[in-house]
Amino acid sequence: MKVRVDVMLKAGVLDPQGEAVRHALGSLGFGNVNGVRQGKVIELDLDTEDAAAAEAEATEMAEKLLANTVIESYAVKVLG
Amino acid sequence: MRASVIVFPGSNCDRDMAVAFERAGADVTMVWHKDDHLPEGTDIVGVPGGFSFGDYLRCGAIAAKSPISRSIVAHAGRGGYVLGVCNGFQVLTETGLLPGALMRNANLKFICKPVDLTVETTQSAFTSGYRPGQRITVPVAHHDGNYQVDEATLALLEAEDRIALRYVDNPNGSTADIAGVLSANRRVLGMMPHPERAVDAAHGGTDGVAMFRALSEALVSA
Repeated sequence: MKVRVDVMLKAGVLDPQGEAVRHALGSLGFGNVNGVRQGKVIELDLDTEDAAAAEAEATEMAEKLLANTVIESYAVKVLG
Repeated sequence: MRASVIVFPGSNCDRDMAVAFERAGADVTMVWHKDDHLPEGTDIVGVPGGFSFGDYLRCGAIAAKSPISRSIVAHAGRGGYVLGVCNGFQVLTETGLLPGALMRNANLKFICKPVDLTVETTQSAFTSGYRPGQRITVPVAHHDGNYQVDEATLALLEAEDRIALRYVDNPNGSTADIAGVLSANRRVLGMMPHPERAVDAAHGGTDGVAMFRALSEALVSA
């Protein structure tokens, strides 16, 4: 079962890399970009057919390793 | 003093740290990350700088889940001493032994230069060899040294006098100019600057010597 974990910096945490991307977009002529936030997408291939179990396991993985919950939030989505 | 210096794949300041401890009189053992226990009688664990596991996922995140890291957390839990420098500081925040997180430098650049620090507290075995407010010069070499804590944690750190070192001229965007922080029991120190790179005249400065010497005096092996 495929599961996707999106990891993003929490709101309020300054994202220097996103800011750099925003400036680069500006220099390319994209003038209406108010903000850029950069995160990570992690795709997991889990050895289960149970969507609820897959979601629970991926959530535990996110809590323990995939995200640093001091500065990052995460969202788990079972893709099937 | 018995010091154990941890070696992760990608550590590159482990030997420098070992030399700094040895010169202060320590018996030093290098400990591979796959070992699941520290040598008997370890007084202090040195978690060195470098790029453990290629900085994959987040700096220090994979190393913090290594078998030896569980032993480091247990050692700290027993009141043992731990010094984490640079990537070692990142590892210690990832284990939860120290609060906050280290993010990409605000200017996005890798910064490698000597920086001036002020010693904010001398109430620790790491900093007792300095004078309160003393200005020292120690090199930094990092891309992810931007220390971030929330306001409540910052207030706690200040109230408990746990900010060990601050930058005179903040190079990386760290909250409140913080360069080094102590654990609640003052026996775990994480810092981005490299005191082990300031222990020999050939390094260009020797302001790190007082840290290792003070530790050696405080941690006389039984």
